[in-house]
Parts: sequence; structure tokens; C-alpha cells
Amino acid sequence: MKKTNFFKLTFWKTLGIIIMVFGLYSSYIRFFKGLGASTRLSDAIPWGLWIGFDFLGVGLAAAGFTIAVTVHVFNVHKYEPIVRPAILTAFIGYMLVVLLLVIDLGRPQNFWHPLIMWNIHSVMFEITWCVICYSTILSLEFAPVILEKFHLKAPIKILRKISVPVVILGVLFSTLHQSSFGSLYLIVPGRLYPLWYSNLLPVNFFISCISAGLSMIIFESYLNARTFNVGLKVDILSGLGKIVLYALSIGFIVRMTDMIAAGKLPYLLIPRTETYMFYTELIIGTFIPVFLLSQKKYRTNRFWLYITSIFVLSGFVFNRMNVAITGLADSSKTSYFPTFDEICITAMLVVIGMWGFSTVVKYFNVFEDEDSSDASAEEAVEDKEIIFEK
Amino acid sequence: MSKQKGLLYDSTMCVGCGECYNACKKQNKLKDTNSDFLKDHLSADTYTVVEQHGDLYARKMCMHCTKPTCASVCPVGAFEKSKEGAVIYDAEKCIGCRYCMQACPHQIPRYEWSSTNPRVRKCIMCHDRVAKGLPSACSEACPTGATKFGDMDELIAEAKQRLKDSPDTYYQHIYGLEEAGGGNVLVLASVPFEKLGYTPNLPKEALPELTGRVMEKIPTIVAAGGVFLGSMHWLTKRKNQIAREKRDEQLKRNEH
Repeated sequence: MKKTNFFKLTFWKTLGIIIMVFGLYSSYIRFFKGLGASTRLSDAIPWGLWIGFDFLGVGLAAAGFTIAVTVHVFNVHKYEPIVRPAILTAFIGYMLVVLLLVIDLGRPQNFWHPLIMWNIHSVMFEITWCVICYSTILSLEFAPVILEKFHLKAPIKILRKISVPVVILGVLFSTLHQSSFGSLYLIVPGRLYPLWYSNLLPVNFFISCISAGLSMIIFESYLNARTFNVGLKVDILSGLGKIVLYALSIGFIVRMTDMIAAGKLPYLLIPRTETYMFYTELIIGTFIPVFLLSQKKYRTNRFWLYITSIFVLSGFVFNRMNVAITGLADSSKTSYFPTFDEICITAMLVVIGMWGFSTVVKYFNVFEDEDSSDASAEEAVEDKEIIFEK
Repeated sequence: MSKQKGLLYDSTMCVGCGECYNACKKQNKLKDTNSDFLKDHLSADTYTVVEQHGDLYARKMCMHCTKPTCASVCPVGAFEKSKEGAVIYDAEKCIGCRYCMQACPHQIPRYEWSSTNPRVRKCIMCHDRVAKGLPSACSEACPTGATKFGDMDELIAEAKQRLKDSPDTYYQHIYGLEEAGGGNVLVLASVPFEKLGYTPNLPKEALPELTGRVMEKIPTIVAAGGVFLGSMHWLTKRKNQIAREKRDEQLKRNEH
């Protein structure tokens, strides 16, 4: 048992190291030779894979605020055990996004400019501020996990006292932020393909990030259970599955109603790449998971929930990539496929994220274990009491 | 306060000599990019081009919008509409997010992709010259008067007059007057503008309105959301507390 684990780890480790080496080399090219040498971006396609990946990173981090609002605002304490993995996921997601944004910026040395040079009309300005504020809030929300490891009780107490306003602020920032990624594209009505362009883009982005974020938790929990034998209870997971089902259905209804209202249904019959991509996105990301989740036997089964989460996540990836790349390809009159360097740098960030997540999970009490050591169990009880006391 | 300046480009008067192209290169100290200027395209080293469409010519350049989309989307305000009417750019502020390039309805801004400290490049309507009271370099160089520099109100009046005077010569539309909210560059032509490669079907509304409508909702969302979440927290906590008290009471009663 231990041996297979060891071998598995080595394989992934080797792969990770290879990706890191390539990624670092590509970063060298990007910073010392410029964006032209390292990416396939051009005047016609100024945004590519990296912006798409930023969407993903932020979207997948959505569980952070969804769970925080469920547990700390609506006081549904059943989901208490997911708070930590959700916040850790969100935190790592945001760190990756910030890293990649800095790599993507043409003048990364000026990345701090939005702090003092304000243009409140810019969606990009709003996004920058939301990233900064929400990252700060996520670190405040996650800090107790680190502090308790070192038995620093005093700062934890202070953080507990301010936890509710912090959570509420976090929810507001992420709501704005998630939807404003959609708002970014409101300004390109002539360029983004009609199947994706909509006045409701910010709403669509917001709803879809909820199902994706929660699926991410199901996905992580399953993998984590396989690696460390620490996972979440089935009833929590199927509860999440139910919320995913609702979010997917609402999202679908909103999109379809909007399309009908805008008279865009004929676009569904035009045989062209965009239409196929749109169907792929819907089938993978909405129809299959909605079917699976509406069946109780699948929804209450760990493995099937995991499979469903993969569908939801893939559909989400499709959707964001469609908005960021496919939907704009036609109007830019050139095709875009990322370069080796763009892919390597993106893959490197994925590896950093996964390593970061598994390292923190390994050394800190993230997935609360039912039969964990006495000390942490005691602390967990204490945590709950304090939360009840508020 | 000086009047808004602008350019009127009349494609019917253009002979495709390329003097505007050369003058622009010289004025902005841009590198040579193509031995045949008619085959060149906009780039970080080419702020304006003359395109050949059959026996017609069409100049392409920044349209200097009245409500510039680039200025509205830039997170750090690196773009600015000058009081003379040019849309100018400050590379010192720029962080290089390229949202301006993505958002521009005319798809004009170009980027120094090969540089490690790239800038956004586009026509700035010879801002330095205009501030000194001089016309733009391209209009000064134009031998036929196809590109005319002047006060905006006069240019608009003149364009309208030309359409009226020679209805047979002109396609009855002033491109740039209302496209994407309008701007300080007007174009006249003898054929529909998409035939000359100008972006068709642009909304009359300035694009910044599209994001503006959403952005102005933010304070409301924050305030309403904050109140909603705060009260939900209080309500559900109270509900849990009452449930717990009831349960405790029940337990006590059972003990007795």
C-alpha cells in the first residue's frame, strides 16, 4: 500500500519537475525576449491562453465565498468541514491568477499602478482592486489554520471577532469580481460571437462560477481521500451536488431565456465552429451533469459525484475558453493557438498550485479528520463552540 | 479654451500617393516597415496606412473618439482625450494589460510585441504640433486636400455640404460622425464604407456606456448586498439560538 503510494508520488513528482523546468525556461524567454518571442499574441489577438486561465483560476476559486456565505452568513454548520479546503483553494487560485497576470502584463514593473492611478470607469480597474482586496481577505480567513498550528491563540481570537464582517466583505468582493470578468467583454459587442455575447455576461459568469467552484471542492476531496485517506462525508458532498444542480439549471435557464429574448436562437443552427463549441460546452458542462445530479443514486455516490465534478469543470473550462478565445477568433480574422512557452508557463502554474495545495493539506489541518489526533480534535471542537458563541 | 480639432478624410479626393504615410513616419520618427506603402498595415511603427480597394483608396488610423473606449477601459488612465480632441497615451502609466486593444471598436491600437518594455502605439493626431497651433503632419503633406485638418464644427459642416452638393459622387454617410459615439476623424467615400474596410455596423452609442451601466450599479450592489448578508447572518444565528434554547428546555423538562 505504502509502496504504491510512493511510486505514484514519484511519477507525478518527476512530471511536475519536468514541467517546472520547462516553465522556468519559458518564463526566462518571456521576461528577457518579450511577449512577441514567447507568445502567439498579436495586434489582432491581444489576449490569449493566459487571460483564459485567469478566468479559470478565479472561477474555480469561487467555492471560497460560496461556502463562506453558507456557513458563516446563513449559519448552515453542516458545511463547516469544507470551509478550510474551499478557502485554501480560493487563496491558491488567486495567487496563481496574480502570478500569471504579472507574467501577462506587458509592463509588469508597473503592476502596482492601479493602486495610485485610478480610472473608476474601467472594469479592469475594478478587477484589480477586487483581486487585491479579496486576496487580503482570503489570507485573513485562512490565517487561523496557520496560527493554530503554532498555538498562537491571541491573534486567532482577534480574527474570530472580526470574522463575520470579513466574510461579508469577501463575499461582496468576489461577487463583483466574478461577474466583472464577464463585464470585461460587454465592451466588445461587435467582436464576441453572439452565442456568448450578452448583456447578462456578468450574471452568467457569476452563476457558472458557483457550480464550478463547488465542483472543484468535490473533485479535490475525492483526490485527497485517495491520497491521504482524509475526505469529506458523502452527505456533505451530495449536498454540494444538489447546489451544483440548482446553479447549473438556473444558469441554463437564464442563458436560454436571454438568447430567446435577444432572438439568437437561429445561431444554434448555423453549422460552424462556434456552434459546435457552444454545444460541446452545454453538453459537457450542463446536460450530462444535470442528468447525473438529478438521479439520487449518482448524487449520493462519491465516485459518481467525482465524475460529475469533472464534467462540470470541463464544461466550465470550455465556456471560459470559448469567451476568451473561440468567440473572438472570427472577428480577429486570424487563428490563435498558444505557443509552447505559453502552455509551459500555464502548466507550471498548475503544478505550483497543486504542490501548494497538497503541501498545505499535508502539514496543516485543512480537511478536518474525524479520527485525527486529540489535540486537533479538541481544537476543532473549540472552534465550533466559538463559532456558536458568536 | 481652444476649439476641438479634427481631420476630414475624403476618399474621393485621395490619389493614393502616400504622402500622408511618409509624413506620419517622419513626424513620429517611425521605422520603415514596407517598401510598398500600399501593402503596409498598421503596426507599432505605422500609425496610418493608405489601403487600395480596387481603384479606390482608404486611409486607416485612430478615429479619436469623443468618448474613447480605450480611455474608458484603461485601468490606470493611460489614455486621455486632449482638449484639442486627440486621444493621447502615456506610456509611463501603462501597465500593459492590452484591454485597450481588445476593446477598441475600430481595432486600432498596436503593440510593440518585440520589446521587453512594450508601449501601445497609434496615431495621436500630432498632439505636439496641434498644441502649437499647427495642423497634423499628414494633412499638411496631402497634395490633393483629401485629408483636411481643422476645427471640428467646420469640418462637420463642410462634410455635410459636400454630401449635399454632389449627391452622385458620395455615398450619403459621414463615417466617424456617429460610429461608436462619434469622434474627431470623419471619412467620406463614394461607396458603402465596409467596401473600403471600415468596421461596419458599429453602434451609435459610445461603447463605454455598455460597461458604465454595469459599473454604476456597483455601489448599490455593495450596499444592498452588505445589508442583506448582515441581516441574514443575524437572522439565521437568532434562529439557531432559539432552536437550541428550545432543545435545551426540552432536555431539562425530560430530566425532571
